Amino acid sequence: MSTLSLEAVSRWFGNVVAVNDVTMHIGPGVTGLLGPNGAGKSTLIHMMAGFLAPSAGTVALDDRPVWRNEDVYRDLGLVPEREDMYDNLSGWDFVLANATLHRLPDPAAAARRAIDTVQMADAQDRDIRTYSKGMRQRIKMATALVHDPAVLLLDEPFNGMDPRQRLQLMELLDRLGGEGRTILFSSHILEEVEQIAGRIEVMVAGRHAASGDFREIRRLMTRRPHQYTIRSSDDRALAAAVIAEPSTSSVEIVAGSERVSAVGVERVGGVHVQATDFAAFIHALPQLAARGGIRLYEVRPADESLESVFSYLVAR
Amino acid sequence: MNATVARLTSRAILGRRRALLLLLLPAALLVICVLARVLAGAGPDGADGLAAELLNGFGLAVLLPLLALIAGTGAIGPEIDDGSIVYLLAKPLRRSVIVVTKALVAIGIVTLFGALPVLIGGVIMTGGLGAVPVGYGVGSLLAGIAYSAVFLLLAVVSRNAVVLGLLYALLWESLIGQFVPGAQALSIQQWSLAVTQSVVGADAERLGIASAVGLPVAVVLLTLVTVGSVWYASRRLRTIRLTEDA
Repeated sequence: MSTLSLEAVSRWFGNVVAVNDVTMHIGPGVTGLLGPNGAGKSTLIHMMAGFLAPSAGTVALDDRPVWRNEDVYRDLGLVPEREDMYDNLSGWDFVLANATLHRLPDPAAAARRAIDTVQMADAQDRDIRTYSKGMRQRIKMATALVHDPAVLLLDEPFNGMDPRQRLQLMELLDRLGGEGRTILFSSHILEEVEQIAGRIEVMVAGRHAASGDFREIRRLMTRRPHQYTIRSSDDRALAAAVIAEPSTSSVEIVAGSERVSAVGVERVGGVHVQATDFAAFIHALPQLAARGGIRLYEVRPADESLESVFSYLVAR
Repeated sequence: MNATVARLTSRAILGRRRALLLLLLPAALLVICVLARVLAGAGPDGADGLAAELLNGFGLAVLLPLLALIAGTGAIGPEIDDGSIVYLLAKPLRRSVIVVTKALVAIGIVTLFGALPVLIGGVIMTGGLGAVPVGYGVGSLLAGIAYSAVFLLLAVVSRNAVVLGLLYALLWESLIGQFVPGAQALSIQQWSLAVTQSVVGADAERLGIASAVGLPVAVVLLTLVTVGSVWYASRRLRTIRLTEDA
């Protein structure tokens, strides 16, 4: 059982702050490192793996510093994001070479076990250059698992995988985490993370935005204020009625303009509503429109992308 | 020294297409030596002079730096470029072991394809294992060691190692060295030539083997540059930054 501890870790490159004052503790089980592209996930994983010095703060594996300490690799495995390996070797030779580099007592047995774990025995004698993306990913996994590490770091492992490969890897990570290993993988896709990660650490713009199990993160996301754009027969009357509702916090009338399009004259603009209680608002809106004799032409939720969810989490 | 690193490294250098140069260059040297022997004959004096000129002009000045450039940068450069060095670095293995092993592999390859063919070429031309072949053989061996170490360091510190190495070997040592005598004092070629000169001994002057530096200075500089390059490359490899973009 091992714990990776980051204490007030920052990393900057020149003027750019890639990771900003992050403190987190990654314990046994599967942890997902979630965040949009460019959030600093890779930089963070590079620091955890000892390939990058923190500009400030410390990264430690069970109280041993990771930076400039080649000994931690006895207990740590890394699956890098990049595809390149020693292409002119066969999968077996490459995994065996990794086992030998770890100075394992029985490298061949270790290589065999790792290759079986990732189900690559059938293709182990082919050169790596002939492998598909999913096979490369699995051989990368095998090299990281060959010394039976307590901690496994994976940088965007699901990138470019087809659904079946994705499922296999998820099962594997789930099993490894269940064995008491500390598994951390990064992803920018919430669905991937919530399916297998017991814990989720959210990174946005270099900052540690949220942390918890996926239900907590989900709740943070659904509890945030919802925004709608509404077009109606009488925007001003609707705005007045909407702001009287306790479930809304703000209303803005966007000046209407007329635009000629293929289907005729179309009005652009309407009422922007910020609802604090999403369920109550959705319930109340048709009623108050009916009471005021206002016709609703369009009710459209504002951008729901992950990006906006993240930016909400950061602003909290 | 780590056997697995050595095996991966030699496969990486010899498995690439540009490794063909490793064969072509020494083959060209040997062909020229055979031709010279056949066409010019093997008179005791004339042969030594011609051999010295050829082994110097083609061997020490061209073959050695080019081979060492291929082997020295090829030993580590591609792995750093494509990021696969991460599989060596993420091991409980001292970085200096990685660098020393890779340097030894490069030196072995340059000795096999550079220094040895120079020695053989000398023997072909002079008809025996005399002072000239041995002198150039030893000089080439030392040059190969120093060049390999320097070019390995270049590959660790720069992505443009091959270009920088070519600029050094061709521009600095050959061209600038011709016009600016002071530049010759900072030239692996001249340091190695000083060793050759001392091995050949009294005949050296008659055969036109003259280095710009004295033997003690040359030996000290060769040692310093070799050891210093390997040491600094190890140091840089401990803090090397692997960029994420492909």
